[in-house]
Parts: sequence; structure tokens; C-alpha cells
Amino acid sequence: MTRFIIKRLFYMVPTLLAISLVAFLIIQLPPGDFLSTYVSNREAQGEVVDQAEITNLRNRYGLDQSLPVQYIIWMGNVLQGDFGQSFQHNRPVSDLIWERLTLTMLLSTGSIILTWLIAFPVGIYSAVRQYSMGDYIFTTIGFIGLSIPNFLFALILMVVAFKFFNISVGGLFSPDYATAAWSWEKFVDLLQHIWIPIIVIGTASTAGLIRIMRANLLDELHRPYVTTARAKGQSEFVLIVRYPVREALNPFVSTIGYTLPQLVSGSIIVAVVLSLPTTGPLLLAALRSQDMYLAGTLVLMLSVMTVVGTLISDILLAWLDPRIRVSLGRS
Amino acid sequence: MSSVTQTPSMLLDEVDDVNEVFMASQRTLIWWRFRKHKLALISAIVIIAMYLMAIFADFVAPYTPNSYSVSHQYAPPMQVHFLLETEDGTRFIPHVFAYNFTRDPVSLKQTFEPDPDNVVTLQFFAPLEEPRMFLGMFEIHHSLFGASVESGERFHLLGADKLGRDVLSRVIYGAQLSLSIGLFGVFISLFLGILLGGLSGLYGGVVDNIIQRVIEFVVSLPSIPLWLGLSAALPPQWSVVQVYLFITIILSLRGWTGLARVVRGKFLALRSEEFVMAAQLDGSRQLRLIFRHMLPSFTSHIIASLTLAIPSMIIGETALSFLGLGLRPPAVSWGVLLQDAQAVNVVISAPWLLLPAVAVTIAVMAFNFFGDGLRDAADPYGR
Repeated sequence: MTRFIIKRLFYMVPTLLAISLVAFLIIQLPPGDFLSTYVSNREAQGEVVDQAEITNLRNRYGLDQSLPVQYIIWMGNVLQGDFGQSFQHNRPVSDLIWERLTLTMLLSTGSIILTWLIAFPVGIYSAVRQYSMGDYIFTTIGFIGLSIPNFLFALILMVVAFKFFNISVGGLFSPDYATAAWSWEKFVDLLQHIWIPIIVIGTASTAGLIRIMRANLLDELHRPYVTTARAKGQSEFVLIVRYPVREALNPFVSTIGYTLPQLVSGSIIVAVVLSLPTTGPLLLAALRSQDMYLAGTLVLMLSVMTVVGTLISDILLAWLDPRIRVSLGRS
Repeated sequence: MSSVTQTPSMLLDEVDDVNEVFMASQRTLIWWRFRKHKLALISAIVIIAMYLMAIFADFVAPYTPNSYSVSHQYAPPMQVHFLLETEDGTRFIPHVFAYNFTRDPVSLKQTFEPDPDNVVTLQFFAPLEEPRMFLGMFEIHHSLFGASVESGERFHLLGADKLGRDVLSRVIYGAQLSLSIGLFGVFISLFLGILLGGLSGLYGGVVDNIIQRVIEFVVSLPSIPLWLGLSAALPPQWSVVQVYLFITIILSLRGWTGLARVVRGKFLALRSEEFVMAAQLDGSRQLRLIFRHMLPSFTSHIIASLTLAIPSMIIGETALSFLGLGLRPPAVSWGVLLQDAQAVNVVISAPWLLLPAVAVTIAVMAFNFFGDGLRDAADPYGR
């Protein structure tokens, strides 16, 4: 197992390198460099920009160097925890992102747990009672859930909540707590708000996972070993949960790797609609104002988050299924 | 348990003459199998109707997307009545009542009251006030349906937006961009997917390994942040067509991975089939082997995966444009239309602005069901 994890960690290195290249590309794509944008922005606001400060920044990011050198300098800074300066907020990027990243992670984890809690039993039910009334209902709801874009669902939910229950949905905190320091009360406040975005983000992938679970289990249910267990008088519940469900779990677990990027993506748009204090709106604002170090760092961090999520799902999979562990450890 | 012979068993009880099933061609079998999936069949019809609507938008839409009326800003949808009292008695004449528009001088709140005396009759092949160009080719003087000219009033079956433009017409015109982006994007994905997936499955070894790592990498990236990052780099002075092409390419950058996987899997499975080996022993060349012998046996699978790849492209375009990083006005796409519905207070006072979302949902759902049916039918010998 240890060997497998080490091997898998080793695999991550090229992926992470490629991700950092993509993030750097995003920083570089807009015409002009950020410093000139920065200076012109500051001057447009009527500020006098200190020449020494410009030279200082230019040296720090190596803006007069060639692109590969700039990339290496940027990477070096990132590895030391210096993500650069946000031009719009005029603060170091690292000051801006950590709380938002934590909230994004909390949101994604919550959504995954919700997705599992719903998809798992419903998928089993749909497979065991195939073509029953319940199966048809869940399938239909699932397909509709697949077809409605996340952010629209968020909008509709907000309108419904406002019109019929007269509550304004949006944000993760009440105004009293938004800027307050972390406390138990703030945490409770967070829990009172976070369930709506979790439902909105979770529903989209739930539909897909129900389909996967159902299909997997259907493949297993007609295997001879199920018949054998039944012939031996095993009770139906234990029979299904102990054998075929375990087998059907494999592809299920391996989908976390794919679900996580989707969740992060989905949560970004939902966050914009629901104005959540997560990475989504910050990223969007950064991209719009060409605050490129902020944008690049956010893309980098979000991608790293999903790669780590994929790693976790691979480890879970190997832990669940000895065959994968053996074959991957050997090859 | 499983039958050894390759009999399309589930079709046997459908057809009167059993021999018909054994003699039917692959294509007939696929059609029979697809026909059984009623939802897929309905979806196919819906999809065809939507594309026809997009192609003939100039004829179908009652108004051009940018024609506006100041007195109809945020006008709610009008209700269609069918029976009209005339001097000759009650007649079947579809009509709407024009709005009496008032603005409260203090709160500036607008109210629209249907005026029962101001009847706007609707008719098919209504003459247009101004002739339009049909797809830029020739002038047309009638639209599929519209208000009869003598009333001189506008009608808005799905309401009007902030500038008083007809939402229905804009949804119909929006289909042109929204539905075609999915189609073009899928073709780019198809090209990349077949090329890379084919190479991967055909040669195996190092090539396969590298391509598989690339696919894993692309799939592990969160797509929206990347799309956002790439489209934010779009030069603002680009024309609609350039932006359109760029967005299509961005969307297909990810779309090809799924197809490449399908193609690779099929190549690997087919490589060891007897008929491929037979063709090889007969001295058929590599290209002929691929295109004459291997490709026909999985084109149906490719078409099914293609269909299932379109919805995510449509949603992608909608999401990007909704956030203001995709297509921009004056282009009309469903995502652009939904930009108006970004603020909750607007949606609460004018919920019909969310109607383009219904169009997106119907299109996506139809493609999902259609693809599902195609996937089942692609292998008529399966369960």
C-alpha cells in the first residue's frame, strides 16, 4: 500500500508541473505585462507611482527576462509561498485566497458527502427494483437534474425562496458575521447558510452518480455468486449489501476523481450567482480586471485541489480493491 | 446463462416473422432497437424541430432580435385567447389584448394592464412591416406567425426584455449560435478524439501511455476556471465570429478526451477480433484495415458518444456567456440572453427572462435522451 501511494505521488509531479505551466500561460496571455497595467491603473486613479517601487516589482517578477526565466522565477516564488501581488486589491495574493479556498473546499466536500448520501441508496434501490415505479421516478428526476445547468437551479431556488418564503438566499454569512473573526457563533451562522449552495452544487452530480451506481449494480446482480448466496439462504439485504454493492462501489469510488473537478467548476458559477465568499467570484473579478497574479494563483490552487482529490480517490480505490492495489503496485 | 449465439433476442418477440430478424441488416436492427426507446424517439423529433427552428429563424421569429419598443420594456408575457366575439357571433380567431402601459410617477413602477378593447389578432403567414433577409440570401415578406398588420400593435408571447425586445424571437434567434456551437465543437472533438484515440489504441505501448496521461491530465483540470482564464484573454476588439470560433475551440479542448477513450477502447477490443486478423492475413494495408474493416463496426458507438458530448458544450457556452466571458451582445445566444437574468431582483420582477434557460434545458435533455437511446441501439446484439 505504501509503495502504491509513493508511486501515485510520483505520478503527480508531471501533472502538477503541467498545471503550473497552464496557470502561467493564463497569466501571460493578455497583451502587455501586468506592471504596465498596474502603473496605468494607479495613475488613472490620480496616484503618483514611485519609480523605486516599479523597479522593485520588476526585479521581483523578472519582467525584463525571457518567458522561461519568468516562469522559473514565478515558480520559485510560489514554492516559497509568495504568490505575487494582487494589483486590484494592492495586497499580497496569499492574504486574499486562503479563507476563500478553505470555504471552497468545505463547500466541495459537503457537496460530495451529500451527493453520496443521496446517490448511494437511491442507486441501489433503482437497481434492485429495476423498472419499478420508484426507479422510473428517480430516473426521470435524475435526467432533469442532469439537464438543468447548476447556476440556473441556483437562480430558480433563490427566486422561489424569496417569493414564497420571503428569505433572501445568498452569501455564506449573515451581515453581522461576514467580517467578524471566527467564533462558534460564526460557525453556526455558516452552517445555517451553507446548505443551500451545497444542495445546488450537489444535485447535478447526484444524477450522474445514481446512473453509475444503478448500472454497476445491475451488472453484478445477475452474477452466479449472487444466486449461490441466495440459494444458501442468505437474507436479501445482507446479500445485496455485502457482495454486489461492494463490487459495484469500485467504479463509484473512481468517479470521485472526475466528480471533484466538476464540483469545483460548478461551484464557481453557483458562487457567482449566490454571491458566496468563495474563490469563484474572486477569480471572475480577477479575470475581468486582468489582475493576473491573483487569477493565475486561483487557477493553480483550484487545479491542485482537484489533483489532490483525484489522488485521494485513487488511494481509496486501492484500499477498497486489492486487485487494483496489486496491479498498480507491480506495473 | 448468457446466450452464445449472437441473436438480437430482445427484438425477436417484436417482429412477426422471426426470419426477418436474422436477415435484417445492421442498420435495420439499430433502427428497430432505437424505435423501442420511446423517449429517445421523441427527443430526436424535438432536436430536429429545434434545429429547423434555428435554420429558419428569420422566418419563424415574429420579430428580428434587435427590434424594440420603448413602451414594452419588461412587458410580461401576453395570454393568447382563441375565441373572439364578433358581429357574426363567436369565432375562432387567436388574439391577444394589447397592454395599457402606465408608469407610476412617484415609484416609477410600471404596470401593464391588458386592454380588452384593443384586440390584436394573430395569424399564420403574417405580412411583415419591413421585409427581412432570409439567411442573408433573399428577402421575405411574411413570417410564420404574427400580429395582423391593421392592429399595428406588438405582441409578446413570452414577454419582453429591458429594452422591450421580444423574448420569444430572441430565444429563436439564440438557438442559431447556441445549438451550432455544440455541433461544431463536437466535430473538432471528433477529429482530435479519433486521431489521438486511434493512435493510442492502434500502436499501444509508449504512444498509448503518453496519450493516456494527457487525457488524465485534461480530465483532472477543473474546466470552468480554465475556460474563464482562456476566454478572459480574448482581445475585446474581436468580432462575434472570431469569439465564436475561439469559444468553440476552448470547449472542445476538453470534449475530445471522452471520445478518444471510446475510440481507443474499441480499437483495442477489435484488434484481437478474428475478422481483423483475417483481413491482415489477406494482406490488407493498415489504412484499409482501419477504414474498411474496423471503423464501420464502431461508427454507431462514436455517433452515440458524439451526441452525448453535445449537451456539455451547450451548457458550457451558456455558462461562459452568462458570466460575460463568452459571446457578448450584440450576438444573440441563450447564454447572452440569460445575462439579463443575472440579478435576483430582476428575475423576481421579470421571471420570464429565465425562459431561455428552459430552451437550454429542453435542448440538453433531448440530447441526453437521444444519446442514451443511440448508445443502446448502437449495439443491437446486446441485452
